[in-house]
Amino acid sequence: MSAPALALDGVSCTFIARDGDAARYTAVRDVSLTIQAGEFVSVVGPTGCGKSTLLNMAAGLLAPSTGSVRVFGDVLAGVNARAGYIFQAESLMPWRTALGNVMAGLSFRGASDADARALATEWLRRVGLAAFADRYPHQLSGGMRKRVSLAQVLALDPDIILMDEPFSALDVQTRQLMENEVLDLWSAKRKAVLFITHDLDEAIAMSDRVVILSAGPASHPIGEFRIDLTRPRDVAEVRATPRFVELHKAIWDVLREQVLAGYQQQLAKA
Amino acid sequence: MWRFIKPGRRTLRAWQLVVLVVIFAAWHVLTVPGLVPHFLFSDDNQAAFFFGEPLKIFARIGHWFFIDHDIYVHLGVTLLETVLAFAIGTALGLATGLWLALNPLAAAVFDPYIKAMNAMPRVILAPIFAVWFGLGIASKVALGVTLVFFVVFFNVYQGVKEVSPVILANARMLGASRRQLLRHVYLPSATSWVFSSLHTSVGLAFVGAVVGEYLGSSQGVGYLILQAEGSFDINTVMAGILVLTVFALGLDAIVGRVEKSLMKWQPRAGESERL
Repeated sequence: MSAPALALDGVSCTFIARDGDAARYTAVRDVSLTIQAGEFVSVVGPTGCGKSTLLNMAAGLLAPSTGSVRVFGDVLAGVNARAGYIFQAESLMPWRTALGNVMAGLSFRGASDADARALATEWLRRVGLAAFADRYPHQLSGGMRKRVSLAQVLALDPDIILMDEPFSALDVQTRQLMENEVLDLWSAKRKAVLFITHDLDEAIAMSDRVVILSAGPASHPIGEFRIDLTRPRDVAEVRATPRFVELHKAIWDVLREQVLAGYQQQLAKA
Repeated sequence: MWRFIKPGRRTLRAWQLVVLVVIFAAWHVLTVPGLVPHFLFSDDNQAAFFFGEPLKIFARIGHWFFIDHDIYVHLGVTLLETVLAFAIGTALGLATGLWLALNPLAAAVFDPYIKAMNAMPRVILAPIFAVWFGLGIASKVALGVTLVFFVVFFNVYQGVKEVSPVILANARMLGASRRQLLRHVYLPSATSWVFSSLHTSVGLAFVGAVVGEYLGSSQGVGYLILQAEGSFDINTVMAGILVLTVFALGLDAIVGRVEKSLMKWQPRAGESERL
């Protein structure tokens, strides 16, 4: 079997605070997680459990304190050039139009202006924003901006896609549309996806595998479920199937304790 | 009736004009000898002596521009000094701001000196610059540059520091090199800060030029004002101030124009249009 697309190998991440050792904070500890090429894996966990930290390490934006990150077998040093990252917060450059934003990555990687323009236009069309190419981000709705982000990342044709609660800021309807769009785009290309979310429904509806993270600090995977729902799926319809309900109950039983623990910790801190 | 003239978007210009006319009318009425009985001064002519008379001031300006044609060379010198000080100061401030913002170590080393130089009343350098660079244009430009530099520098520094970390991380993930980050993320992000500083800098460049001329020169509007002041010709002093103000406004408008065309990506409040 070939090397997995992404392998986190016993990684921990400890943040040092400026005011000394006392304020040290270990976000994640001893996490091992592998994602095969073409696999869609979701990580769910209570709020503040270090999901984003995990993703940032996979992206190479954050160096692990211990352990290593392997990308197709090679140890990752610096930014992960084979991965595309869809951020939770607004990540578009406000001084570029939608088209300019999609072109950005292509021109950064040395594509000629004409090539970048052609490919970016094609991707904007694919995410349904062909008519909005010359709009600036502030002139687009939140859902449109997310789709531009999607086009921006997918236009680079990355082998690994990292998504950090990409739809958490969207309303329910837009969210379901976007989830289906992402599934369509994914099934056409079959990239490895690491999807972070706090929404269990979303995780089950979209993934091949769901990994549950314990409450922080020092969170680590405490459970893993294979989602054997048939594809292609419609995220709204799949929720009503008996198998979905079964899986949801099984995962929620594990997750609930962690959510409560995380909540208690936040109360204690406040 | 009131409905048509009440201050609103349509009548804004008219109202601004009204304010201007009222100011000059009041000035005229209060200073022309004998028009109203004197109440503050002991003599009818004193108000005109201290504040000048608008009509004479306008006559002076008219003479400068259309009859004697002698203002152009002075205005040209002052504007040249201003524009040079503005351009050099902005370029230096931009370069230094970018450099220090991206090199925290260098910034830490230079920090106390930059603070000290900013705290120093830099107009006091004018005599030194006059000694170094002579009484020509260079000493005025140098003074203007020291005034403009810090405003632009601090704004660029702040602007670069406040680049959204998410946009930065995203650009890195998209494959931007350090150079591309500078060109495509830091610089555009800092421009909004730079432009807000440029409006202040235009005024300061003028201050540098005129104060420099005032302290020692043979040309420039500041020189004209100094000459007139020597002979208590308050009308000419006021005329010089008015001319300078109008040209400073003009430069500021040009900066505003450039800003508007470069910053069209910025959201403006209430962009909707009522049809």
